[in-house]
Amino acid sequence: MKKSNDHGKPETGHESTNGSGQKYGMVIDLDKCTGCGTCMVACAAENNVSVRADQSDKERVITWMRLYKISNGKKFPHTEVSYFPRPCMHCDHHPPCVSVCVATATKLDFNTGIVSQIYTRCIGCRYCQAACPYGARYFNWWDSFPQDKGMDRYLTPEVSPRMRGVVEKCTFCHHRLMRAKNQAYAEDRRELEEGEYITACTEACPAQAITFGDLNKPDHKVSQLIKHPYAFRLLDRLGTEPKVYYLSSRDWVRKLADNFLPGEYEPVVNRTWAEDEWSTKPGRDEF
Amino acid sequence: MKNQSNSAGNGTPPRTGDLVPKWINLNIVAQDISFFVIGLIAALIVGWAIFPALLYSKQPQPMNFNHALHLDSEIVDGIDGDTPQEKCESCHWFRDDGSFSGIPKLDMCTGCHDDPESPLGEAPEEKAFLVNYVEPEKQIPWFVYSKQPDCVYFSHIAHVKMGEIACTTCHGDFASNKKLPLYVENRLTGYSQSIWGKNISGIYLNKTYADRMKMDDCARCHTEKGQEQNNACFVCHK
Repeated sequence: MKKSNDHGKPETGHESTNGSGQKYGMVIDLDKCTGCGTCMVACAAENNVSVRADQSDKERVITWMRLYKISNGKKFPHTEVSYFPRPCMHCDHHPPCVSVCVATATKLDFNTGIVSQIYTRCIGCRYCQAACPYGARYFNWWDSFPQDKGMDRYLTPEVSPRMRGVVEKCTFCHHRLMRAKNQAYAEDRRELEEGEYITACTEACPAQAITFGDLNKPDHKVSQLIKHPYAFRLLDRLGTEPKVYYLSSRDWVRKLADNFLPGEYEPVVNRTWAEDEWSTKPGRDEF
Repeated sequence: MKNQSNSAGNGTPPRTGDLVPKWINLNIVAQDISFFVIGLIAALIVGWAIFPALLYSKQPQPMNFNHALHLDSEIVDGIDGDTPQEKCESCHWFRDDGSFSGIPKLDMCTGCHDDPESPLGEAPEEKAFLVNYVEPEKQIPWFVYSKQPDCVYFSHIAHVKMGEIACTTCHGDFASNKKLPLYVENRLTGYSQSIWGKNISGIYLNKTYADRMKMDDCARCHTEKGQEQNNACFVCHK
């Protein structure tokens, strides 16, 4: 990203982790997000995320997709609020959680760009939880679905429920990729088309704020959206290279996405974008 | 110790021709070795025979199914196909979305065995099947030999259609079976013996993929076929 260049870091660009593979990524348009929370509900239902009697205990409750509310901190009438859906960022190249895992229970798949989490391999040491700068990982303090309560009848069969003592996180609805691949194989093809594999939150979002696709394919909508001047990533300067991008036209939102020293943040309007670069970039409304 | 003190007390040096030093009592050594061998044999009997016998429960399937008879296209209508795999897919078919149907449900059977009053063959199993399952329209609670743990994802269509791997490669030769084998289940884990394999030590001299269905076997085949990228975690796990 351009911002990384300003701080002397090498331009990593958006090339493939593996030239022939896919690199699935997500773009969340914060201007479109209404904060309704449908993505959280859809995610939890799709991925057998456990529920507790008291869901207000935010330190213990598990939300693969979590919605944050952020504010510009100004008093009325200048108060502005934005909602911030946060899935796993699926960091590229060197995810912080992967390098600390002592059990090799979490790995970055170079063919899909998805960071996996194998529950039967996890020993529950929670190093990854400490290493993740986004708080995207959750620990199972309790057995998620008691067998005798009848809740197991409502589980998604394609997602294995977690047991007590393991860490879990968003998988980009990896089982949907497998389902889409099966469909493609049945139709005698190996390549997936855009939109065949999307996550549950992408499908559920009523405002269509979430876009999902392959960042390696230039014709995919996500590949075009991340080039937009309003695109940014959470804690971009850590070098984790998240594959989840955000769009916001508001400078204070983009400023909150990273830790800037006073005067360090450069608003988008002041950045030196070449005139032709502005004009060739497709606007978000054109999609 | 006694001998050692005696020899030291007598002051006679050990004879150079002896292979064994004098302070070693060969009787005691022989006794020790025989105790060790007896203990080892006993432990091996317990570990390799008694423990596996206790560990695994053997259950017959709810009823017998004669694969050899049903795969004979002269007897059974609808078993088409030139290759054995196409014959398998007559009953174990792929759905349109690419998922695998697995063991057929009752309505596949009742396609032919529709009348509980008139069996098609002579076998007593068929009569019992008609009475017990077809008449009350009850599904047969089959035991699945190759049922994997919950954390495992397996795509049949990726292997059978795209990888062109025969059914028998992993499942063994079921097509010529006249009688279904016993379902052997590990009492501790609840998993079928077909997953771990019949040999409790896990050592096979002429190993085929049909012997067992462990993660290493999947990975070995992926590597042999040059599909190392499929050894990534999120290919076979969910």
